Amino acid sequence: MTPGSSRISLTLRIWRQENPGAAGAFQRYRLEAVSTDLSLLEALDQLNEGLISAGERPVTFEHDCREGICGSCGFLVNGQAHGPQTATSVCQLYLRQFSDGATLTLEPWRARAFPPIQDLAVERSSLDRLLAAGGYCSVNTGQAPDANALLVGQEQAASAFQTATCIGCGACVASCRNASASLFVAAKLAHLAQLPQGQPERRRRARAMQEQMAAEGFGSCSSNLECEAVCPQQISADWISWMRREDR
Amino acid sequence: MSALPDPRLPAGPIADAWRRTREELPLISPLRKRQLRVLVVGTGLAGASAAATLAEQGYRVTVLTYHDSPRRAHSVAAQGGINAARPMAVDGDSVSRLFADTLRGGDFRAREAGCMRLAELSSAIIDQCVAQGVPFAREYGGTLAPRSFGGALVSRTFYARGQTGQQLLYGATAALLRQVAAGRITLLPRRDVLELITVDGVARGVVARHLLTGELEVHSAQAVLLATGGYSNVYFLSTNALKSNATAIWRAHRQGALFANPCFTQIHPTCIPSGDPGQSKLTLMSESLRNDGRIWVPAIAGDGRPPQQIPEAERDYFLERLYPRYGNMAPRDLASRRARELCNAGHGVGAGGRSVYLDLRDAIAEQGRAVIGQRYGNLLEMYARISGDDPYAAPLRIYPAPHYTMGGLWVDYQLMSSLPGLFVLGEANFSEHGANRLGASALMQGLADGYFIAPAAVTAWLAGHPTPAVAADHPACRQALDQARGRITALLAVNGSRPVDAFHRELGELMIEHCGISRTAEGLRAGLAAVAALERRFSAEVRVPGTAAGPNPELEKALRLADFLALAQLMLRDALAREESCGAHFREEHQTPEGEASRDDARFAHIAAWEYRGDGAEPRRLAEPLRYTALQPSARSYR
Ligand SMILES: Cc1cc2nc3c(=O)[nH]c(=O)nc-3n(C[C@H](O)[C@H](O)[C@H](O)COP(=O)(O)OP(=O)(O)OC[C@H]3O[C@@H](n4cnc5c(N)ncnc54)[C@H](O)[C@@H]3O)c2cc1C
Ligand code: SF4
Ligand code: FES
Repeated sequence: MTPGSSRISLTLRIWRQENPGAAGAFQRYRLEAVSTDLSLLEALDQLNEGLISAGERPVTFEHDCREGICGSCGFLVNGQAHGPQTATSVCQLYLRQFSDGATLTLEPWRARAFPPIQDLAVERSSLDRLLAAGGYCSVNTGQAPDANALLVGQEQAASAFQTATCIGCGACVASCRNASASLFVAAKLAHLAQLPQGQPERRRRARAMQEQMAAEGFGSCSSNLECEAVCPQQISADWISWMRREDR
Repeated sequence: MSALPDPRLPAGPIADAWRRTREELPLISPLRKRQLRVLVVGTGLAGASAAATLAEQGYRVTVLTYHDSPRRAHSVAAQGGINAARPMAVDGDSVSRLFADTLRGGDFRAREAGCMRLAELSSAIIDQCVAQGVPFAREYGGTLAPRSFGGALVSRTFYARGQTGQQLLYGATAALLRQVAAGRITLLPRRDVLELITVDGVARGVVARHLLTGELEVHSAQAVLLATGGYSNVYFLSTNALKSNATAIWRAHRQGALFANPCFTQIHPTCIPSGDPGQSKLTLMSESLRNDGRIWVPAIAGDGRPPQQIPEAERDYFLERLYPRYGNMAPRDLASRRARELCNAGHGVGAGGRSVYLDLRDAIAEQGRAVIGQRYGNLLEMYARISGDDPYAAPLRIYPAPHYTMGGLWVDYQLMSSLPGLFVLGEANFSEHGANRLGASALMQGLADGYFIAPAAVTAWLAGHPTPAVAADHPACRQALDQARGRITALLAVNGSRPVDAFHRELGELMIEHCGISRTAEGLRAGLAAVAALERRFSAEVRVPGTAAGPNPELEKALRLADFLALAQLMLRDALAREESCGAHFREEHQTPEGEASRDDARFAHIAAWEYRGDGAEPRRLAEPLRYTALQPSARSYR
């Protein structure tokens, strides 16, 4: 059963912006007869090889693992964060999702807390500052008790795990009309609040991370739930309502 | 350098030797620590855990990573789990068994004292991670729920669904960010380390390129820790992240750090095979799938029928046939080699006949689709996304791919390289895995290095070597800066016509052909000549667009590839010089009648450590003999 790989042609409308101060604009590129076994990022690699050989500046986009786990990649494909496939980072989006002759518009995350860098790349270090505000258990190396001294039920562990899988891609922010980081923050709070290790600092953590969220210029949540729809890790927006009951 | 430095192995019995060593290491007062700066390159499991722990102890720590965030280091991609010997197991596991498995798995090409230390520290790692909030899988009763993993007969692998590395890394990077908030860690993301700075033969800093501005920066410290990961990307297609690279360790090697066992690279048996030439990476399918999946090929070469139509009697479950004791759990190198041989003999399936089946049919029939889905759901979804096939309906197609590098910078028992003041952690050092790493042991090693070994060893070094600060305009800094600037200018000046990736792809093809799963003297010599020629073409024909200022991803790639081209030649030389087969290093000239690796302990029971002697000059091969007291070398047999 070898999958039927075929070839398609695509038009890419890509946001090009040399630097944060420059004016950006969409530019059109054609990709002819690319294999549907390639990912969209691999199609961009091909486009870039062509641009380089032609003496033009290649398209800048963030990526690294190319397997949906590092959270580096991310841009809008036809207005949707990470593209049309659910539970998928854009590096895992394969061309077989698109039909021959399709036009794909690629543009960067746009949010106040994510300043632009170049083309499709933006700066997301604000997310790390949210974590630094309290997204941890304060335990020094060497102070840990026996791991089995803390019993965690199987389902509780699985639920904590589910919220801990957030890859920090920023799609939730990019898809939110208020550019809120509520899903990101709720996921971290929920991860630690569901475990015995997370209890001692629970209130302090919830307060500190939410305060930092406002300080970084993220908006507040008005329950549009776009974040949940685009989250590649399928983190549930129910945790946002749960978060409202934490701390205050 | 004419001789190998003292590896500082512990005296006396190896059991408990690390505790004895540590108790005798000098300490530094907390007050004094606050005046000392330590530089950590890399925020994977090894770097993040070391940085956090050093900062907790009071040191000022500077952390550099090329990523925008520490959480993105490639440790995040580890799927299967982390080994630990925890006494509560009922299946008879123990520290000494984990020790023995590690040493045997590495085919007796690792230091026994190092393997023992890993086994002894393993349990404390799990405690530390759990305390940080790592949500390992649990039993209904709430205790930890380990499972068995490639090459082991006991359940000692702790895991968090198929995302263990991610969860461990987030634990370590959370600890790191906590120290950033406390002001003890200066986190410098988006920095590519391009040179090591040495002053009077001691490592004192690095030159880094700021990846957004292009500026070259000098960062100095009292000690330098490299935790920059492995170099499987020398093969172009591998399971590593696209930017994983060897630059930091290669530049250190050129400054005098010995490079150990560069040819020991692991090719992982269960990856999604390659299809189109435009493919940019190979994705690993966790070998935990081998717990339930049966690996087979059509018994008739060239059988083109779809798998469902091939009757049971015409399927060759080759691992079960050849290794009845281990079956589908046979070690990685054996599984990879057998798959390659069968594909070469025409039994392969899929595109170009370059894959074998991993079949969940029987497991689904016995345990139900729901159970299998719960166990491997995310992996199977990933497979479906990448391949376009439904893994519940038809067997998965898998093929071996470069995955892990056992080789790396030589370090002594205290993780210090042959360059004083330079410590190397995680996959970047040559590690305790000998000639072949066991599944789930890299995470264990990275965290043992970072949480426990390096902090003690760095303190001991600093206690004995008070070093004044290095000014940014010190001649050594200026020299390293000039070196880095010179390389950038040269690459931009070539102005050829071929993009970097075209050369990288070519390098990968040469390396997988000549220095992959199976090697011969003739092939290695041909490979050496071909890579040297490719290196010359690269420096004459590459096109690196743009300028040194501002973001320039192509320049980043070119700098990395230049170092890979040099490292590749050292790997080929090392593979040529090691005239034996051991672990993942298989020389066709050296095999048993059954086709298994034939080790030569009389001539090669040693670590090969290579010394750089200048561009164009032959590197020198030094040998650190390996001695065994606790476990005598035996032929590795999984039959
Ligand atoms: C897909 C996959 C699955 C795996 N699964 C398992 C498993 O289940 N169990 C197991 O035990 N092992 C597994 N391994 C192996 C294990 O994950 C790695 O060996 C380990 O995580 C390496 O950790 P590290 O800290 O040494 O390096 P990495 O995590 O690779 O981190 C390297 C760091 O160095 C930085 N860096 C590199 N070069 C530079 C430079 N020049 N300048 C600045 N910064 C630099 C990077 O930014 C990064 O922060 C797996 C590996 C892969 C690829
Ligand atoms: S919550 Fe989901 S969308 Fe938001 S950063 Fe995390 S993984 Fe990305
Ligand atoms: S490149 Fe790592 S998640 Fe997409």
